[in-house]
Amino acid sequence: MYDVVIVGAGPAGISAGLYAKRSGLNVLVLYHGQSNLEKASKIDNYYGFTNGIDGETLYKTGIAQAKNLGIDVIEEEVTGITKLDTHFVIEANNEYSANAVILSTGNKKLRPEINGIAEFEGKGISYCAICDGFFYRGKNVTVIGNSKFALNEAKVLKNIASKVTILTNGETLQETSEFEVIKEKIRAIHGNGTVDSVEFSDGSVISTSGIFIALGEAGSADFAKRLGIILNGDNIAVDKNMQTNIPGVFACGDATGGLLQVSKAVYEGTLAGLSAINYIKNK
Amino acid sequence: MSVLKITGENFENEVLNSSKPVIVDFYADWCGPCKMMSPVIDKIAEELGEEVKVGKINSDENMELAEKYGIMSIPTIMIFKNGNLDKTFVGVTDKTSIIEAIK
Repeated sequence: MYDVVIVGAGPAGISAGLYAKRSGLNVLVLYHGQSNLEKASKIDNYYGFTNGIDGETLYKTGIAQAKNLGIDVIEEEVTGITKLDTHFVIEANNEYSANAVILSTGNKKLRPEINGIAEFEGKGISYCAICDGFFYRGKNVTVIGNSKFALNEAKVLKNIASKVTILTNGETLQETSEFEVIKEKIRAIHGNGTVDSVEFSDGSVISTSGIFIALGEAGSADFAKRLGIILNGDNIAVDKNMQTNIPGVFACGDATGGLLQVSKAVYEGTLAGLSAINYIKNK
Repeated sequence: MSVLKITGENFENEVLNSSKPVIVDFYADWCGPCKMMSPVIDKIAEELGEEVKVGKINSDENMELAEKYGIMSIPTIMIFKNGNLDKTFVGVTDKTSIIEAIK
């Protein structure tokens, strides 16, 4: 059992981890995929570097600093977070338990940029197979995503729907799968009141009654949505202490929106770390 | 006011024939986000008192109601005024947005 599990190893997550660890808490950082910081070729506007610093070095140094302090930093994709009465269970390649969770998953978009997604939300577009799967009993459904997270959603739906197809929207499926997979990029989602079909960029069309968005960490906040965290557009809504609407779940950095800057991520990570310490002490 | 259990049997009487605005929360027991929504609904009932009626509908046990109102994602919160559906929120929604919609 960890005191705090942090999802994301950028400047926000690592900063939160440093404060939590230094106060004596057991901290695990889980990360997967590429951070925006890693992609930045040069950062000239962050305090303390005479000639600026490249993003990848800053990112990797942060992870090394956390490990050096005794924080467990593991590369695993988080596929689900569940709140139990006393603690949280974090599903990744392994399963972890924690008293508090900090989401620092970056600013990747919750919704893929496909025409029709916003229009049909709650009318055939869903973000949670366990919640909404039973509305699609015996129907054809599709899952948009290309990672383990998408496969997990497809497996939940397999037992309910008549057919499940995975749409990778131009990406390569990261795991082998028992499901039919369509790799073509999606042009639009169509329907009349509710979803009835998906149109691809090559002009082909398939019929579907339900589309489950399962981008996982690539979509940053969709497991947040499944946990019941209130979002503000594509960002996670937090109070002034970085707490979400769920006690014990905090968010920081690009995931909360606003300035997409390292300095802001470090500040919010600090605050989230301190808030998590406070939460655990008063638990 | 306490939160009512709404079913196919009492829906017409409690919701459609209500003289007060009614907030209903479609949920299911296995749905994680619904568990986050539930205390928000309780709090609204407590805060608004006699001004409104607040109810919860187990969508699994009341599939015909869920189908009638085109529920395809839960939690879904619906506000009824004078027997008509006035506003729908899909997904976990904050207390303020719901209270604003009822006024």
